[in-house]
Amino acid sequence: MEGQYSEKVMDHFTNPRNVGEIPDADGVGTVGNPTCGDIMRLYIKVKDDRIEDIKFKTFGCGAAIASSSMVTELVKGKPLDEALKVSNKAIVEQLGGLPVKKRHCSVLAEEALQKAVDDYRSKLKEKEGK
Amino acid sequence: MKVYLDNNATTRTDPEVVEAMKPYFTDIFGNASSLHGFGQEARKAVEEAREKVAALINCEPAEVIFTSGGTESDNQAIRGAAEKYAKKGNHVITSAIEHPAILESCLHIQERGYNDVSFVSTGEDGIVKLDDFENMITDKTVLISVMLANNETGAIQPVKDISALAREKGIIVHTDAVQAIGKIPVDVQDLGVNLLSMSAHKFHGPNGVGILYVRKGTKVGSLMHGGSHENKLRAGTLNVPGVVGLGKAAEIALRDLGENIEKIRSLRDRLEKEFTSKVKFTKVNGNRKKRLPNTTNISFEFIEGEGVMLSADLKGIAVSTGSACASGKLEASHVLLDLGLSHALAQGAIRFSLSRYNTQEEIDYSVGVIAEAVERLRGMSPLYEDALKGGTCETAEYAN
Repeated sequence: MEGQYSEKVMDHFTNPRNVGEIPDADGVGTVGNPTCGDIMRLYIKVKDDRIEDIKFKTFGCGAAIASSSMVTELVKGKPLDEALKVSNKAIVEQLGGLPVKKRHCSVLAEEALQKAVDDYRSKLKEKEGK
Repeated sequence: MKVYLDNNATTRTDPEVVEAMKPYFTDIFGNASSLHGFGQEARKAVEEAREKVAALINCEPAEVIFTSGGTESDNQAIRGAAEKYAKKGNHVITSAIEHPAILESCLHIQERGYNDVSFVSTGEDGIVKLDDFENMITDKTVLISVMLANNETGAIQPVKDISALAREKGIIVHTDAVQAIGKIPVDVQDLGVNLLSMSAHKFHGPNGVGILYVRKGTKVGSLMHGGSHENKLRAGTLNVPGVVGLGKAAEIALRDLGENIEKIRSLRDRLEKEFTSKVKFTKVNGNRKKRLPNTTNISFEFIEGEGVMLSADLKGIAVSTGSACASGKLEASHVLLDLGLSHALAQGAIRFSLSRYNTQEEIDYSVGVIAEAVERLRGMSPLYEDALKGGTCETAEYAN
């Protein structure tokens, strides 16, 4: 089984970075569903338009866990606009590759980040609206 | 420690079987159909193997034809029977939890245009109901195929009752007994079936060889055309070493059936009890009484199966899962979904299938490793997080 995953993927699976939740998160993005077997949730804390802190929770296979761990590592500390530029391709590349049928996991990670940022921005608009 | 708990996928070939096969590669290597001494020596070994297989399932040797394995036997049973009984009718009934070799063969004959196939679902316990089959029968029904034991849950299907029903109506019955052979007694006279599939590598025989049992008087078309081997039912030079291995495995299975079953059952029960008592939010899938003694299929709520498999593999343990991510088709197990499991619980299912080579030490080690993995994965799971905060938990209704 290990044969199908790169060393980097296995590393992120056995030692995932940034697992957890942020109770007072500025933005939360949950994507996926049990039918496809992957659910990812990203919590972000934003300060000065920069991702100050980020945590993830994932229900999914080795590739899914590794993808969400990697995306948090890639965007932590980055300005929002830069973070949004991190593509699923970049995630796959940083992981040293993913089997073809697991590529959707990296897409999901990119979508989770987008959703978390969207959530943050819409909450911001609400606050400003008041 | 390396622990193999995936015996329903394949088994270790018994060293006794390997020894029995050895002479048939370099010493007794003739073509079993040749009339000279070299061939006849090989032929003798083939016929001895045939007798051993017949003894295991209680039939006549002449009713056993050698194939390349369970998949081929299943294909021949479905396609061959549909072909031979086409004038009688075109309707075939099977269960929704069959092995893909049966399902795909059924879909194939349906797609070709002539046949019409009905798939009967199981109840929540993973066992088909006799009434459901009865209700499906029409005057065009010619063949019913029901597996004897399911590969994922181990649940034993009421093949004997279905055969009795079918016999009354002149319908042919096939059973895929691939998972049952060697684990429980299988007697074709008792079951009353017309056709049965068997595969050597599931009961410590070699890969690449199996049989189709064809009851005397039952017609079946052949898949492999060519020479007149196996009573013109299956052309192709016999895989003599493979056949000899199958015969030896059958002999050992018959000899050790009683004793082995109990030992394996108690280890399986131990493994199951350890999980259900020590790990929260678990569910055992399928009927726990009417099932193979070596199998347990357990859903661990809130986590996904491939993650558990990977964690186990890192510690040398082999298991399998019903999750989509681990399947070639990216779909969760059709068997578990048919049982009525939610997608989430089907994704979190792990199948443990033991053999006579497993020990208590291995079981205890495996439980420890997997319980730890489950806890770690739950710590990463958004579903677990939500449940702890007062969300719903499906396994509560299946409390052990």
